[in-house]
Amino acid sequence: MEILLHNVDLLVVLVLLIVGYSFGRLAEWRHFRSIRRREDEYGDLIIVTSKTPPAMNVPPETTLVLGSAVISVDYFKRFVANLRKIFGGRLGTYESLLDRARREALLRMQEDARFVGATMIFNARFETSSISKGAKQAVGTIEVLAYGTGVIPRA
Amino acid sequence: MIISTLETVPGRSVIEHLGIVQGSTVRAKHIGRDIAASLKNIVGGELRGYTELLSEARDEALQRMIEQATSKGANAVVNIRFSTSSVTQGASEILAYGSAVVVE
Repeated sequence: MEILLHNVDLLVVLVLLIVGYSFGRLAEWRHFRSIRRREDEYGDLIIVTSKTPPAMNVPPETTLVLGSAVISVDYFKRFVANLRKIFGGRLGTYESLLDRARREALLRMQEDARFVGATMIFNARFETSSISKGAKQAVGTIEVLAYGTGVIPRA
Repeated sequence: MIISTLETVPGRSVIEHLGIVQGSTVRAKHIGRDIAASLKNIVGGELRGYTELLSEARDEALQRMIEQATSKGANAVVNIRFSTSSVTQGASEILAYGSAVVVE
């Protein structure tokens, strides 16, 4: 306790770690729950990476659909990842970040597709970029964009 | 204007290729959003301000691409791709490009 009171820096780091761990975990758990729920909801909207849509009797309408999400890791995970970087190996904390962001982007693209009345998405692609690149403290914020072509069947 | 990531427009054949068209925009982050984002960085999660910022920027890049295609006389842009790069710290460039074509 004495050491902590004399080293405010250490105390701040410790508080940030605790706050990051608890709130980060809660937020991530909630996010994954919402992702799973919506994945069930949009399950019938098929996403394909192939370039040619199937032959239909009546040629469908096509339009661009997009979905993107910017997600960052919490302080605790960033701390753990920095420790991990010394030894190398799997960075599990960042894996879950990318998983969340990709699935969220896909869901938003599906939402967009449903909005325009599409039943399938063709030639879907991902674009990932790190927004906080170069910034000293703010490592671990990524943007994922999912885009593709929504196929709208004509009656 | 038909915009698509496919190479062709289903049911319609390409009559003429008009070459590559592109639209880009460079955006910097808003200082207020930056502060909010750095707070959000502690607990993690989605940074809504940035999601909005980037999707606005992407819409603008697309719009510019479409304008260029229109001025060339195209009625569709096919095989669209997006690319994002950070120019300097805190600013990113968003590029949308594709092939302008005339379909029947």
